[in-house]
Amino acid sequence: MLNNPGLENFEKITSKNLPRENYISPGHRACQGCAEILALAMVMKVAGPNTIVANATGCMEIVTSPFPQTAWKLPWIHVAFENTAAVASGIEAGIKALKRKNKYQDDLPNVIAVGGDGATADIGLQALSGALERGHNFLYVCLDNEAYMNTGIQRSSSTPYGASTTTSPAGSQSIGQQTWKKDMPGIAAAHNIPYVATANPGFHLDLMNKVKKALTINGPAYLHIYSACPTGWRSKPEKSIEVSKLAVQTNVFPLYEIINGKLTITKKINKPKPVVDYFKTQRRFAHLKEDDLKFIQQKIDEQLARLQRLETDKE
Amino acid sequence: MTKAKGLEVSLAVAEAVKQANVDVIAAYPITPQTHIVEELSVYVANGELDAEYVPVESEHTAMSASVGSSAAGARTYTATSAQGLALMHEILFIASGLRLPIVMTVANRALSAPISIWNDHGDIMAERDIGWVQIFAENGQEAYDLSIAAFKIAEDHRVLLPVCVNIDGFILTHMIEPVLFIDQKKIDAFLPPFNPALTLDPKKPVTMGPVGVPEVYAESRKQCEQALINSREIVAEVFDQWGKTFDRNYKLIEKNGPDEAKSLFITMGSMGETTMTAVQELTDSGESVGQVRIRLWRPFPKKEFLNAIAGAEELIIIDRALSPGSHNGPVAQEVKALLYDEPVKPRVHNVIAGLGGRDVTVKDFKKMYAMSRKNELDPNYTIWGVRSDA
Ligand SMILES: Cc1ncc(C[n+]2csc(CCOP(=O)(O)OP(=O)(O)O)c2C)c(N)n1
Ligand code: SF4
Ligand SMILES: [Mg+2]
Repeated sequence: MLNNPGLENFEKITSKNLPRENYISPGHRACQGCAEILALAMVMKVAGPNTIVANATGCMEIVTSPFPQTAWKLPWIHVAFENTAAVASGIEAGIKALKRKNKYQDDLPNVIAVGGDGATADIGLQALSGALERGHNFLYVCLDNEAYMNTGIQRSSSTPYGASTTTSPAGSQSIGQQTWKKDMPGIAAAHNIPYVATANPGFHLDLMNKVKKALTINGPAYLHIYSACPTGWRSKPEKSIEVSKLAVQTNVFPLYEIINGKLTITKKINKPKPVVDYFKTQRRFAHLKEDDLKFIQQKIDEQLARLQRLETDKE
Repeated sequence: MTKAKGLEVSLAVAEAVKQANVDVIAAYPITPQTHIVEELSVYVANGELDAEYVPVESEHTAMSASVGSSAAGARTYTATSAQGLALMHEILFIASGLRLPIVMTVANRALSAPISIWNDHGDIMAERDIGWVQIFAENGQEAYDLSIAAFKIAEDHRVLLPVCVNIDGFILTHMIEPVLFIDQKKIDAFLPPFNPALTLDPKKPVTMGPVGVPEVYAESRKQCEQALINSREIVAEVFDQWGKTFDRNYKLIEKNGPDEAKSLFITMGSMGETTMTAVQELTDSGESVGQVRIRLWRPFPKKEFLNAIAGAEELIIIDRALSPGSHNGPVAQEVKALLYDEPVKPRVHNVIAGLGGRDVTVKDFKKMYAMSRKNELDPNYTIWGVRSDA
């Protein structure tokens, strides 16, 4: 297992010491109520000015960088859709070499790769796996809005079962998305990297502390952030935080972290709400019938039980 | 300068890359490129070269990581062949679009299917329009020399474009050739440290690779193309400087044989050496024939090429790649398009030879010449040596 200096004396971010500076300027072109850009801004707030960002093609790249404008106050590069982990590994390797050869005078920067669920779980999975396996010291952030939003709400392997998208439409012969959401954090964790976590901007302190830990730990870290997308989910823009919170309160999107292989559920839900409360907030699920919801509820319960088993697992 | 040492050309290229003191190598193995990157990994492993060797999981990542490290300000090298180059395709345009001076060796190899590890130029011809400076080496010495010169060309602030040095797979990469190596001190004097124009610097944040809306896209592409066109002069300048410093002279377009030759073979890459033997023998037997070698393929040196062929009555253009469904192979297309505006045009024959490692011998070139004299070559192109019973 890789070492993780720093976490012993970890100083938590609280509402009192929240970083104030923003590194993504207002005026970007994200939709109203976009929780993806909200999450992205939170990540950067914690990362601070000594940070380099590699961004995959997708909503966040498009809405922040229409030349000659840019929303970025950090050095930022977009190369393509499926390779942002590879680009980040090049940046990390380049600066590491320059530093060793005395050609880089400053402190080593944070290197953060950002990709959507499509960029991460589908087309960029190989590049991500390679970068995690090689052990680059970087943070990979997957902003999971559960479909290809930038290109018009097509399904991804991270789209939840039963959701209607433009390429998994609900119809008389189809429930919509017919597969269960891919376990991306599990795949990342299988690389035996020192830090993996799920996060959600509805729980901003939990999210920010996870970013801080991920950047403190040496070696690759993976953060999977639930990112409500009113445009793609057909939810109310003003309800994005409410929807985000419901995802956790119903255990649809549990919050946990895996440090050196050890899983901890970071937000325990004592009295989970029924998943139907969550599904009601988004029209992508509007077609689901009672039986479908029952089935989904059962699967969500099983998913949580599995996490709990992993949490209590002694080794 | 020390005396010539016989060694495999791949190892000479690796030596050149080491002497260029690269910071990052991101590469994925593919025959016939492998010996270059294996050797580089040995240099890194035993401390002879202080660089990050990134053992990527694919060529797509090799090029993507190269883009990242070059954007971070590191001198960056990679190498590939055929399928690997094709896998990089998407990112090759981005490397030039972002003006990143990456240097890449392409050990030229035929593209599948059927799978073939042997040489032709089909791989790089499919990447003709990537916006990179593209150079072809003819022999081991050239492969070594041009691999070093490539960094100087790429990193010149008047260029800032990626450069690809093509060396024929096996025919060059795996051949033992005598190579004169240059002292490290002299190389350091010739090739100053990489001084990037812009980097991903937290103290001076820039946005690289933004969205190009219709109002700016065309201008952006035009700027890149202009940089490529302008690079011709810098390539020539660096070659000149190389000649003055190291006493080996390279031209963008090289003419060999008698000045007033009526027929000219046009070649690229290692085939030029065999052609020259044929040219020599034909000249000795009283034929009026010469050779023109294209060393710089992109940007295409129009002026130099037209000068070189001035007065010739006939061109036999050897293509080592097929352009399926077109009138000619890629090199002949290029030359014919160029001749359209010329008041006097030589006859053009196009022979596509050496596909997938098919041997092309001195005898073959002599036969091509004889057939061209009798106008027996196909008016569009002839695929040399293809068996009709196949
Ligand atoms: C190789 C390639 N294939 C397809 C596309 C088209 N494309 C661009 S972004 C995108 C979807 C992005 O989805 P995701 O990664 O989930 O990000 P989001 O926009 O949802 O934030 C697609 C399909 C592309 N740019 N490149
Ligand atoms: S489509 Fe969704 S993710 Fe994209 S900018 Fe709009 S709200 Fe955000
Ligand atoms: Mg998405």
